[in-house]
Amino acid sequence: MPEKIAVIGDKDSVLAFKALGVDVFGARSAAEASDTLKKLAREYAVIFITEDIAQSISDIVERYRVRAYPAVIPIPSSKGTTGYGMSGISKDVERAIGADILFNNKK
Amino acid sequence: MARLNVNPTRMELRSLKNRLATAIRGHKLLKDKADETIRQFMIYIKENKRLREEIESEVTLSLKNFLLATAANGRDVIEEAVAMPSRKVKLKCSTKNIMSVAAPSIEIEESLSTDLYPYSFISVSGELDDSLARLSSLLTKLVRLAEVEKTCNMLAAEIEKNRRRVNALEYVMIPELEETIKYIKMKLDENERGNTVRLMKIKDILRGEK
Repeated sequence: MPEKIAVIGDKDSVLAFKALGVDVFGARSAAEASDTLKKLAREYAVIFITEDIAQSISDIVERYRVRAYPAVIPIPSSKGTTGYGMSGISKDVERAIGADILFNNKK
Repeated sequence: MARLNVNPTRMELRSLKNRLATAIRGHKLLKDKADETIRQFMIYIKENKRLREEIESEVTLSLKNFLLATAANGRDVIEEAVAMPSRKVKLKCSTKNIMSVAAPSIEIEESLSTDLYPYSFISVSGELDDSLARLSSLLTKLVRLAEVEKTCNMLAAEIEKNRRRVNALEYVMIPELEETIKYIKMKLDENERGNTVRLMKIKDILRGEK
């Protein structure tokens, strides 16, 4: 069982995680990020990806949805949140219930 | 509704009736499962939303602090400061069973070294300490978020799959079986009537010959 955490993202956002003892991988382009993700998927239990990058490689992130490991989780980058992570939750609700009942009081 | 392509025999009728009973029982079970899975899902998704809201604001804040520290000290200094982390995060991973979904269960294994700051305090300014302290207290929450969000993903997929099964049973399998059973019954009754009529006719003919 893989037992490590990885963070993929642009350099400014991930550097801070490095001091915590988390493995950090910088990615400048979407292609680079998807390569890294595919490689890491076998070794890490939890992979955090900054939202903007996760958004650009969402098709690959999607691929890991149905398996227990790795958990690929979008986190906000240093530029702030883009709402991608939240949209993932509302997508889940829509898939399961058929209508978005969690967020409709906000919009 | 289309009926199945079977011979209208008594044996066929019996096996179809058995299949119908199984289908109805399966449908009921799956429906119960769907209800329970959705209940579980609602619990998790609410926690997921709460956690994500918290984490998004806090991570953004601490990363902003980190950027400030980078600005104040210069990128090289910061990079050097965090280049050799003094501790290593290890996870304890297993899977737990939620409504027959193998959901992950992740915990942070406490590391021996408690020293968070891998640099000397002289070389960098306080923003970095602040940012790292915040982030490290966030880490447990982040791992919890990973666990919950993954569980939600998997439960959502399972609910979708389950719903498809329930619908297939309810709107295809069961009507089809009922239709076929009805058809076989009618066919058998028709044969029965035909037989009776034939017997009566033969009796009439025999009586006429006497």
